[in-house]
Order: sequence, then C-alpha cells, then structure tokens
Amino acid sequence: MLLIRCPYCEMERPELEFRYGGEAHVARPLDPMATSDDEWADYLYFRSNPRGLHAERWRHINGCGRFFNAIRDTVSDKIVVTYKAGEARPATTGEIA
Amino acid sequence: MSESFRIADTKDSRVSGRPLRFVFDGIAYQGREGDTLASALLANGVHLMGRSYKYHRPRGVLSAGAEEPNALVAVTRGPGRMTPNLRATQVELFDGLTASSQNNWPSLAFDAGAINDLAGKFFSAGFYYKTFMGPKVAGNWLWTKVFEPIVRQAAGLGARTTEPDPDRYAQFYTHCDVLICGGGAAGIAAALAAGKSGKDVIFCDEQAEFGGSLLHEGTASIDGKPARDWLADALAELRTFSNVRLMPRTQAFGYYAQNFVALSERVADHLAEAPNGARERLWQVRAKEVVIATGAIERPLVFPGNDRPGVMLAEAARIYLNRYGVKVGSRVVIVTAHDSAYRVALDLAAAGVVVAAIADTRANPPVARLIEAKAAGLRVIPSATVTDTKGRLRVSGIGIAAVSGVVVDAPEWVACDAVLMSGGWTPSVHLYSQSRGKVVWHEDRQMFLPGASVQAERSAGACKGSFALVDILIEGYRAGEEASGASGLRAFAVSGDAGIEGGTMGRLPLLPGSKGKAFVDFQNDVKADDIELAVQEGMRSIEHVKRYTTTGMATDQGKTSNLNALAIAAGKLGKSIPQVGLTTFRQPYTPVTFGAFAGANRGDLFDPVRQTPIHSWAEENGAAFEDVGIWKRAWYFPRQGEDMHAAVKRECQQARASAGIFDASTLGKIEVVGPDAAAFMEKLYTNPWAKLEPGRCRYGLMLNEAGFVIDDGVIARMGDDRFHVTTTTGGAPRVLHHMEDYLQTEFPDLKVWLTSTTEQWAVIAVQGPKARDIIAPLVTGIDLSKDAMPHMSIREGKVCGVPARVMRVSFTGELGYEINVPADYGRSVWEAVWAEGRKYNAVAYGTEAMHVMRAEKGYIIVGQETDGTVTPDDLGLNWAVGKAKKDFVGKRSLIRPDMVVEGRKQLVGLLTDNPATVLEEGAQITAASAAPTRTSALGHVTSSYESPALGRSIALALVADGRKRMGETLYVPMPGGAIAVKVVGPVFVDPKGDRVNE
Repeated sequence: MLLIRCPYCEMERPELEFRYGGEAHVARPLDPMATSDDEWADYLYFRSNPRGLHAERWRHINGCGRFFNAIRDTVSDKIVVTYKAGEARPATTGEIA
Repeated sequence: MSESFRIADTKDSRVSGRPLRFVFDGIAYQGREGDTLASALLANGVHLMGRSYKYHRPRGVLSAGAEEPNALVAVTRGPGRMTPNLRATQVELFDGLTASSQNNWPSLAFDAGAINDLAGKFFSAGFYYKTFMGPKVAGNWLWTKVFEPIVRQAAGLGARTTEPDPDRYAQFYTHCDVLICGGGAAGIAAALAAGKSGKDVIFCDEQAEFGGSLLHEGTASIDGKPARDWLADALAELRTFSNVRLMPRTQAFGYYAQNFVALSERVADHLAEAPNGARERLWQVRAKEVVIATGAIERPLVFPGNDRPGVMLAEAARIYLNRYGVKVGSRVVIVTAHDSAYRVALDLAAAGVVVAAIADTRANPPVARLIEAKAAGLRVIPSATVTDTKGRLRVSGIGIAAVSGVVVDAPEWVACDAVLMSGGWTPSVHLYSQSRGKVVWHEDRQMFLPGASVQAERSAGACKGSFALVDILIEGYRAGEEASGASGLRAFAVSGDAGIEGGTMGRLPLLPGSKGKAFVDFQNDVKADDIELAVQEGMRSIEHVKRYTTTGMATDQGKTSNLNALAIAAGKLGKSIPQVGLTTFRQPYTPVTFGAFAGANRGDLFDPVRQTPIHSWAEENGAAFEDVGIWKRAWYFPRQGEDMHAAVKRECQQARASAGIFDASTLGKIEVVGPDAAAFMEKLYTNPWAKLEPGRCRYGLMLNEAGFVIDDGVIARMGDDRFHVTTTTGGAPRVLHHMEDYLQTEFPDLKVWLTSTTEQWAVIAVQGPKARDIIAPLVTGIDLSKDAMPHMSIREGKVCGVPARVMRVSFTGELGYEINVPADYGRSVWEAVWAEGRKYNAVAYGTEAMHVMRAEKGYIIVGQETDGTVTPDDLGLNWAVGKAKKDFVGKRSLIRPDMVVEGRKQLVGLLTDNPATVLEEGAQITAASAAPTRTSALGHVTSSYESPALGRSIALALVADGRKRMGETLYVPMPGGAIAVKVVGPVFVDPKGDRVNE
C-alpha cells in the first residue's frame, strides 16, 4: 500500500484514503462548442500514457476531499512529488527509476 | 517401543524431557515438549509422512523447516478447526495433537493412487496443455471422461473443512524504526546493534525460538562461548531492551511498496487449549528501515530415487539430532557437493549413528574435510554420483558410483536407512526480490544474490551469500547499526565453524539407460526428465518451462527446486543461467490462512449495512428486503399466504386505486449552496436552472463529459442560492465526486459548497389519488391545494410538528408527495402517515412495486435503461436538455458524429403478442424470428414486468432506430423459440400525464 502525501493536509496518508483521477493537466476547453470534433475527441479520450514520470490527479476522498496532482513513476510506482490543483507541474527529472 | 530414535542424553537438545502424546493417522505416539510433529515422528522411526501430488509416491520428510515440500499434514482440533497442508516441520507438538497425512487412499502405507506411478508417461511435462489442447473431439473426450476424473481424485493436497471456522483472527497496523526479518545469527547480531541504538525495533522469526542455525550448532564457539550459550546470552540481552519487540512464530511473508511488510503471527496453534484471544495476527508494518536476515535453504541433489522416504537434506539430519535429540536413522549415507555435510556426518557419528560413507560429488574435496572425516574413521568416496536408491516405504540402499570424466562406473550398493544429501545452499532472496530489488547472478559463486536496494533495506548473512559464521555476525551487526543510524563496529571471535566451500546445481551424472525418477520439484512431482522434455518441446524461457512442467508452482513455490530446475533447463538449452532467467518471487513466502486476511471482516461484519430510519418498521411489518448496494431496502410487504407476485400486484393496484406509502430515504441527497449555485447547476446538469423559481422542482439529467447519462433525479430550488438535489440510490457518492471534481478543478471560481445530506433526511413518499387527503391532517404551514402547490413544487413547513421539506413529485404517475423530515423523526412521522393512510386503505409498498409502477409510466432507471453508452436523445429525454445553454458537462459530445448518427438504440416499449409472456431482462432483440447466426441484435430488453395496471406484461427496451419502428413486430429469441413483440411507446399508463396534476 502506497503512502501518499496530501499537499493540503501536509501529511502522508495510506493509499486507502485516496482515489485515482487520471492524467493531470488535461484542461477542459474554455469554450467546448468552439472545438473541432478531433480536438474534442482528443480532449475526451487521448492520454499520454508514458513509461516513466506521469502527472496524475488524485483525490483525498476519505480525508480532506481535495483534488491534487502527483508525479508518479509508472515503472516503479513511486510517487515523486505531490502538489496542489492549479499549481504548475514541478520540474522533475525524466529518468525512469 | 516408543521414541527408539531419541538419543538418551538430551541435555544438548532443545527438547525437554516432558513427554507429550499425539496421534498421526490414527496411531498414538509419544513425543517431547519442544518437538515439531516431524521431529516427534522421526523419533519414533516414522519417515513416511505423505504421498506425492501426481504419482502418489511415498514421501518422507525432506527438511526441518519452512521449505518442506513433502510432509504436508492436516491438523484437526475439533469442529471447524481443521487446517490442511501444514508442514510437519513447522507444526509444534502439544499434548493431544491429532494430525493426518493427505492425498492417499485407503492409507498412507497402501495407497491405491500409486498406480499413477506406473502410468507416469501420461503425467509428463505439459500434461495439462496436451490434454486440453489435443484434437478437439479426442481431446475433450479424453479430458472429460478419462483424465479429469482421475486427476480430480488423485491430484491435490489436503481437503478443507466445510464447517465454519470458530477461531478469531486479529489484524494490526504498526510502525517501527527498524524491522529485522529472520532470527538467526545475522538477525540476532542486527537486533543487538539496533537495540543498543534505542530505536524502535521489531524482530521477528517464523520459529518458536530465536536462533536459527545457532539452535543446532554444537561445535562452533562465539566470543569464547559455545554457540548455544552465546545465543542464550544474546537473547537475554535483547530482552532487556524495552525498545525491541521480539516476535517469535511470526513469518514476514510479504514485502510491499514503501517498506510495508506483512507479518503473520501464529498465536495459538502450539497450545493444547485454544485461548480466548485470536488464533493468528496479521501485522501490517510500516518500517523506516528493514534488515533482511532470512538465511539460506539447502538444495537437494537430483539423482534417481532421490524422493524415497529416508532421503533428506543433510543439515536437516543435524537439526533433528542437535536440536531435537533425534537420529534420522541408524545407518546413513551422506551424498554431498558441499562442505557443510561433513559436519553432519561428524555429529551423527559422534552420536552413535553409523555413517556408511560420505559420497562427495567433488573430485577433490578440501583437505581439511578429508582430515576431519579420516579422524572420525569415516569413508569418503570422491567424484561420486548416485545411480539409484532401493526401498519401498523407506530407503534401504543406495548405488554409489565413481565418475571419471563423463563415464559413470558400475555402482557399489550400500545398505542404509537414510540418505543425507546436500547440493549446497541457496540464499533466501525472496523478501529482497519482493521489495522490487533485482537479484544478480554471481557466476563465480553460482548464486543469485541481492543487488542494489530499491527500498530502505539491506540483507545480511546467508541470504546475502555469506556462510562463514564470523562473517554472518559481523554483517548482521553492521546491518543493524546502519538501519538504526548507529556506528561503532563490533568484532566477533568465532572458532570451530564448518567449511563453506562447494555446491552444485542440476542433476548428477547418470548411468547410461538409467530409468529411475530423479525429482526436482518434490511437491509438484516434477522430474529432471520433465524439464528436459519441456526444453525439447520448445520452451526457452524458465517462465515457460515453469508453467509447462509446473515446477516451482506448488505451495512451497520451489524453495528447494527452482535453482536445480533452472540449471537443468540451462544445461539442456546450452545457455548460461542468467540467460534462461529466474522466475519471480511472489508473496506470500509461506501460505497464510484466509482467516488472517479476512480478520474480523466476516459474517455480519463482512460488509457494512445501511439501514433507513424506517427500517425497523418495515421489519416489524414483515417486509422482505433486497440489497441495493449496501442499503437494505424493503422489497415488498407480503401478507399472510402471499408470495412476492401477489404482494407486488396488490401493492401496485392499491397504490393506484387509493395510495401507497414508500420509504424513499435511500435516495441520494446533496445540498448545493452558494451565490453561484445556479451557475454551477447549469454546468453540471443538462437542464436550465437559472430561471427556475424557488419553490419549484425540475427533473435533472446528469451527463459525463462524453455525453452519456450517468444520473438523474428531481432537483428542488430552495432559494436563490440553494438547491436540494436528489440522486439515484446507488449514485449518490459518484455524483458528489463528479460534482466536486468539476467544482475543484474546472470551475474553481464558482462560490459553491456541496454537502451530502443523504442520511440527514428521511423521505416518505405518499403516492396515489388519496395522497393529499392522507397527508393533509399532518401538515402545517403549507397550502397543499392544487393551485397553491402544483406538481413539481416544494414547500417548507411542518409535518407532525417536525420541520419538513414537502415535495410534490411522482415516480408512479399518480398524485404524489415526498415528505423529507430530519432522519431522527423518520419513523414517528412514517407511523403517523401510515395511521392516516389506513383510513383510506392505503398500502405500504416496496421497491419491486416501485419498479413496476415507474416502468408502467415509462420512467427510466439509470443503470437499468442506461449502461454508460446512452444519450438523452436515446432515452427520448431531449426535452430535458437546455438547447439554449452555452455549455454544460457533456454538451459538446452530443453533437459528435457518432452521437447523431442514424441507427442508435432508442428507448421503446415492447408488448408481447401473448400478454401472459414476461420477457427476460437482458434478452436480445432481432428483426427476424430466426435471425441468421452472426447477425447483430437490434437491441435488448432493459426492464420487464407483469403490469397490474394493464393486466398484461410490459417491457422497456433499447432498440436500433426504435422510434421509427412503432408498430413493427420484432423477436426476442429464447431457448424455447422466438417471442414475437410489438414496438410501442414507452409510456403504458396515463400517457397524457393527467393524474400527476390531480
């Protein structure tokens, strides 16, 4: 079971308190009706699915309830850093642990 | 004659003099306190403890520890307390223990299944694949008629009990600074170091006693003291540390992410009387640092007849002798590739056991070993191999031959009652590997050893490839210091340690034409020939060889067999061992009971139960309940002599004729509050909300961003800044999560607060033409008249003097109200409504009648009429979509090409030609009565009931282009023939909707 640091509670809590929320920084278009079918399909369905560092959303659903972002290595399953929703993705080395 | 193999002087052994009685396979024996079942049986001269998995060959105990593949027994302690597949080497003896062997019939000594031994060819490598995958007809026939019955009867391990387990199992979470796994020399040294540091230490070992190999070390000295005295002093010192938790009988069985290690503690199995507390404890430990000190496991040698009872691992014989005071035989032959077996020979000879020969596979055993053997008068045969063994239920002789080059000479047969073998030692890298560390092959040492650490752990001692006792102690101490952040290295003086050279893998040289079975995996009955056959038949990776032969796939996970199997496969392939690869080490290290994993989560505690405030009333009034998620909902209220069908019919008819009262408390409820509440609702629901007046309700439809319906419910506007949102019963958490997601991450500027109020409100639905008359006497502060409070409105007032939100809504198509009162008043208000209802002959109805009545009215249920691929238009709910709205979640998707294409499935009603036929929900729908095979269905039945209002069956369905098919006849193919149905509109009762406006 992973320990995940909630950036709002500022403490590590067990994975059971959290829910995964898919890739982070996939912003909803401000005017969806102005997007083309391809652009909209891209927003809906296409994700980067990297081997290595992945920015993803988590929610401390059984805790403070807040959504936040985490950089997780998809190879080692290690969470490198967590940060609040709305903050820019922190600089992390791209190497696979 | 009892305990004839127990040595008279037991002062050196760990076994006390107190005799214990026990029963194995119905025969009473005597053992001693401190024995394991295996040592007690051996003390009585019993080697035969099991039958093998496939061939039912007689098997004796191989080892003295957790790696035991053969001696699997069932221990019975009364009803429900039967534990199968226990290793006799780990079962601690207590007075009155009752155990039995497994996988034999009618008895262990005469086992009819042994016929399989002669039919061995049928059970060769890939047996399962070949019989499953063989020519279709023959293969199926062979499997179902011939092999499966045989295999099911013959193969396998112990049977489980079918009675409930009366024992309790506890689960703990704990934290520590240092976790030390393994209580041998390395672990003890580590614990001494970590203990001195003052850090919080957990020190666990699978055995009843700490000490590992020191417990049977009779020769070596540490710091000038005999090893066992040093051990006793060290343990005494450890017990003085209040910061060290000593956990015996505790197996570290799994190493997970972030130093999360799972331990299984056996609390009660060694006691004659079951205690009041838990039988086992599952510990989930989060350790800052871990020391792995798990030792090494001796490897068997692979030669024909190496599985005969009496053939065992050499060091095991020394353990039984020195620790338990038991001689494993009277005349033994040692076969070894490693120095350590010489110490076994010397100890046995000193105890009066005849050591007939030491057959050393090495051409030049170390001189020191030869001198030791000679001094004890023991014969050493170098360059030796074993051609075969003799004996039926016990080994009686062994053929030893010299090997010159590749030529195996004629064997010399040596009589014996035990063969003690050693192929060297395999470091136990299981926990390290589970920690996601990558083991590294050391060609010079012919070992896989731990590589770089991935987590905060380090290995020490034999599990790291260190076999000299002095190295083990120094390494252990250093590991303990490193893990606890201390420094100040300690020296250890060791004398009398055994040699550490040697080792072999794979099979020993064979006589040409040898036919004997040479076993690699004893528990799964995999022979050296099977592995070679697997390679010959095309398996290249050890992962394939493993699955094809099942080597290493038994409950022991190949602890004694994996390296031999790997070496044989590599040899046959002509590749190096790392090229062939190593199979993955998986948790658990040894089997863990289901009880430990289940803990308290069984019976009533298996799953939480949610009950409404009105639940007790429904119980008292004879309701049958159904599970809806974890809610218990009243399903129907049968009267005397009524079945479900009759009860539901009566409930529906009476509700439409007079009124029905329904507990709707499980409806999800979310209070949406804030200056931007309406703007938020505009985004989250398809409907327009900005202009909805306070006091009015609207049916809300929620989509996901892909445009598919995910929830619905009636939503009331309480004020400019407040909405009372209802959701489906099962959807409440999902809807709140969905709302929070958008509020927090996409529309964070909106000033809105979301609060789940599902359990704050009890909801009493009163539906039917008499609904107003029933509630009117109870309501104060609300004008219930038709004009003052029209359909789809909400008013705040009091019911029975309790503050209430009364909604005028309907899920039946009748005049209806839903009374929301604070949950604590739910039952008393319900009883008051019920008392009024009785005056009008109203009924209480359950979820089944609710379902029937809503289907009669064509109201959908999300999750029944929808499956995550259904749009508002598919459901005919376009009227609920705000066309003028600029944006809402899912809006853009509704104009994607696939969403507007012809041929989408649309909600329709179906009427069977025969009104008595009730369709199966989920049944497929076709255009032709006998649709050709491989044609797609047009859709499927989503809801189907017998309708009391119509006096016939009705169904809802999703059908391709359904709205264009009104009046068409379609077919529902069923096993008894296709059922003809007519496509109709989905609203069967009161299509104009007059009744709700009464």
